[in-house]
Amino acid sequence: MYDVIIIGAGVTGAAAARELSRYKLSVCVLEKEEDVCCGTSKANSAIVHAGFDAETGTLKARFNVRGSEMMEELARDLDIPYKRNGAMVVCIDESGKDGLRELYERGVANGVKDLRILDRQECLAMEPNLSENVVAALYAPTSAIICPFMLNIALAENANVNGVDFFFNTKVEALTPFTCEKCGEPVWKIRTNNGEYRARYVINAAGVYADVLHNMVSEKKIRITPRRGDYCLLDKTAGGHVSHTIFAQPTKMGKGVLVTPTVHGNLLVGPTAVDVEDREGCNTTAEGIDTLIARAGDQVRDLPMRQVITSFAGLRAHEEGGEFIIGEAEDAPHFIDCAGIESPGLSSCPAIGEYIGAMMKEKLGLEEKEDWVGTRKGILDPSALSLEERNELIKKNPAYGRIICRCESVTEGEIIDAIRRPLGARSLDGVKRRTRAGMGRCQAGFCSPRTMEIINRELGLPYEEITKHGRASRLVIGRTKGVEE
Amino acid sequence: MTSYDIVIVGGGPAGLAAAVAARDAGVESILIIERDKELGGILNQCIHNGFGLHTFKEELTGPEYAYRFEEQVLQRKIEYKLDTMVMDISHDKVVTAMNRTDGMFQIRAGAVILAMGCRERPRGALNIPGYRPAGIYSAGTAQRLVNIEGYMPGKEVVILGSGDIGLIMARRMTLEGAKVKVVAELMPFSGGLKRNIVQCLDDYGIPLKLSHTVVDIEGKERVKAVTIAEVGPDMKPIAGTEVRYTCDTLLLSTGLIPENELSRGCGVEMNPVTSGPFVNERLETSIPGVFACGNVLHVHDLVDFVSEEAARAGANAARYVQEGEGAGEAGEEVRLVATDGARYTVPSTIHVNRMDDLLTVRFRVGAVFKDSYVSVYLDDERVQHMKKRIMAPGEMEQVILQKKQLAARPGLKTVTIKIEAQ
Repeated sequence: MYDVIIIGAGVTGAAAARELSRYKLSVCVLEKEEDVCCGTSKANSAIVHAGFDAETGTLKARFNVRGSEMMEELARDLDIPYKRNGAMVVCIDESGKDGLRELYERGVANGVKDLRILDRQECLAMEPNLSENVVAALYAPTSAIICPFMLNIALAENANVNGVDFFFNTKVEALTPFTCEKCGEPVWKIRTNNGEYRARYVINAAGVYADVLHNMVSEKKIRITPRRGDYCLLDKTAGGHVSHTIFAQPTKMGKGVLVTPTVHGNLLVGPTAVDVEDREGCNTTAEGIDTLIARAGDQVRDLPMRQVITSFAGLRAHEEGGEFIIGEAEDAPHFIDCAGIESPGLSSCPAIGEYIGAMMKEKLGLEEKEDWVGTRKGILDPSALSLEERNELIKKNPAYGRIICRCESVTEGEIIDAIRRPLGARSLDGVKRRTRAGMGRCQAGFCSPRTMEIINRELGLPYEEITKHGRASRLVIGRTKGVEE
Repeated sequence: MTSYDIVIVGGGPAGLAAAVAARDAGVESILIIERDKELGGILNQCIHNGFGLHTFKEELTGPEYAYRFEEQVLQRKIEYKLDTMVMDISHDKVVTAMNRTDGMFQIRAGAVILAMGCRERPRGALNIPGYRPAGIYSAGTAQRLVNIEGYMPGKEVVILGSGDIGLIMARRMTLEGAKVKVVAELMPFSGGLKRNIVQCLDDYGIPLKLSHTVVDIEGKERVKAVTIAEVGPDMKPIAGTEVRYTCDTLLLSTGLIPENELSRGCGVEMNPVTSGPFVNERLETSIPGVFACGNVLHVHDLVDFVSEEAARAGANAARYVQEGEGAGEAGEEVRLVATDGARYTVPSTIHVNRMDDLLTVRFRVGAVFKDSYVSVYLDDERVQHMKKRIMAPGEMEQVILQKKQLAARPGLKTVTIKIEAQ
């Protein structure tokens, strides 16, 4: 029996796991996919929002502002890239100025620091590639960009090192409450495809499936609609087109199409917003991509859309009420929801984790571990080293002298580290999200056979069992004719 | 810092031929840097035949063709480093490279020959909608898996794009027991060689659908089906023409892109049409002493032309090293202009008093031309007018310029190559 079982290894589940790992407590995370960061957390705008967008007084506003405050230090502790590049909400029509003022006031009320309204000239001085039509902008210097994969992976890794168990390919099928014979407390029996788990508390961080889990145990039904967003990622040669995150003025469907540099130096354009039924329906569509191409130019001019290196779609876990649902379900004791975590979910995750940690500490009267380690060393980035340091490294470990992904200059040493470290990569996408091998302009054309070779060697997985992202996503089907094993 | 007279980046067909020519022109100090485990480049995975008809008057496989040049490199004891990645080339020709045994090291080069080849355009660059499952490969990656690693990417295949590698892989996968259901090509003409369409598709009954593209990819884990549709003159899919093919694999052969990250980093001026450097009659880029040849300069149809071009680059690099930058009064520069159906020329400028007596200018056309003329104008006067029965974008064309003809016109500004109906 675990004290706490977290369902879902996205950023919310991982952040909660890391916070709970501070305490003398047995915790595990159940994840239906083969790795962390496989749902909503893997495909989003990769932005740490300042917090001016959400209605004042909502959980979204509260956790966003707090999360944004926490993120810089967290990124330092977890050794992941983070850059406070600032954001601009660009108004391209005189009639939009009132809305901009409203947004400013909301931001101030939410506690966002250093907000400022810029006039046209200031806007163009800061971002020469803004649309000719720009009339004003709301400037939020505290807005930042981050790598969502690395944040998610680092949170989970750190939780794991501090004692949290992770079970992958483990899908929750049923939740049954019963009363513990020893303590008389309510506890949960959790049936999965991988056997049964028991826990005193369940934390529901299941993303687009959070309503399914909630509705298994509660009569107060919630309803999550996957809201798909298509994105285009542009080559690093386009990465400097803007330096701030450029938003359109928000509408009720979301924040509109934004243009932002990524923390790795690419340019990201997106998302669209289309409600879909399929909770795994993260396919891009021709209409979505066409919309992006058409709309992206509203705020930013001369976007080099010919330099798209990939397009992808993510699903936001949109709850009907439009608000985060965080806390113990009214009619299901010891079942704690983190549901409806759509944007600004990534920005909020440290604060949600902190809140869950504090809540559990109070409920269970937890004691902190003496040996908790809140820092983690990321995968070494050899390109950050001097020539001498790099040579020293290669002398010690020649694998750092062999480039596997030439677009992103990822060495064999980094890939081996990604596989061997706690909660290591087991698939091509797992390696990609940890090291960026395959994320460059050739999109793994060059490195995938080489990465497969390393996975084969490191994990002893036959080629036929190496997958792109778990389950049946196998990369090859067998030997060619006449090859003797 | 160690130095070499000539550093050649890339040990594929271009790099090997350049090295041999440079040595034969008398340069002793040459280093080839190759990122793979052996010399030969992409030819090592091209196990089909058809290479070398121009160079050796016989049909060789890719590895055989490569070996002819490797032998020459070995006989001449030209130095090379394998499994070594060039990380940077500076404007003043300091080459930074890295491998497992030497670590990261720098070499001062008297001249640099860029011979990095090209890469394939990936799915992402095509904005093909749908899921992103396993089973989508560029044709070259699939070729490596099959021919080098010995693994089959799948058993039911749809191919998008009719570039040569895609055509070759249609046959290769078929011979390995896979079913290739269709090859869809966005353009109204194939991007590959005619002989490959005949030998790789027609001979195996594989349909080629021109003016078609992929409009959906199904399958969350592994590819389950691909839908293709006809496109109109605007290249947009025509509603109602969709056909769905169940398959487990989608191969892409939708174009090759010269791999010029190092060239850009070095600061050479790039031609947006070829995505390769601008070069003069010596195949020298905008940076003196930095030469380019092979697919990094412009994508070739036949390796024979790569070898021929690379040998010129090698000989010119040797001359540069021996004579120094100032040697051979450059004189007036004549610009080459490609227009009216001709897309680009290599080279793009000529110094008449430095050119050889005969200079081959290569170019490609932008559409299919039947019974048309390739014309060469010196300023406004037409001096060549050659009838061609057929010209297609998939095949390289050439004209040969005579030095005496150009030299006879002092003040000549432009040489124009165009396609004319009459």
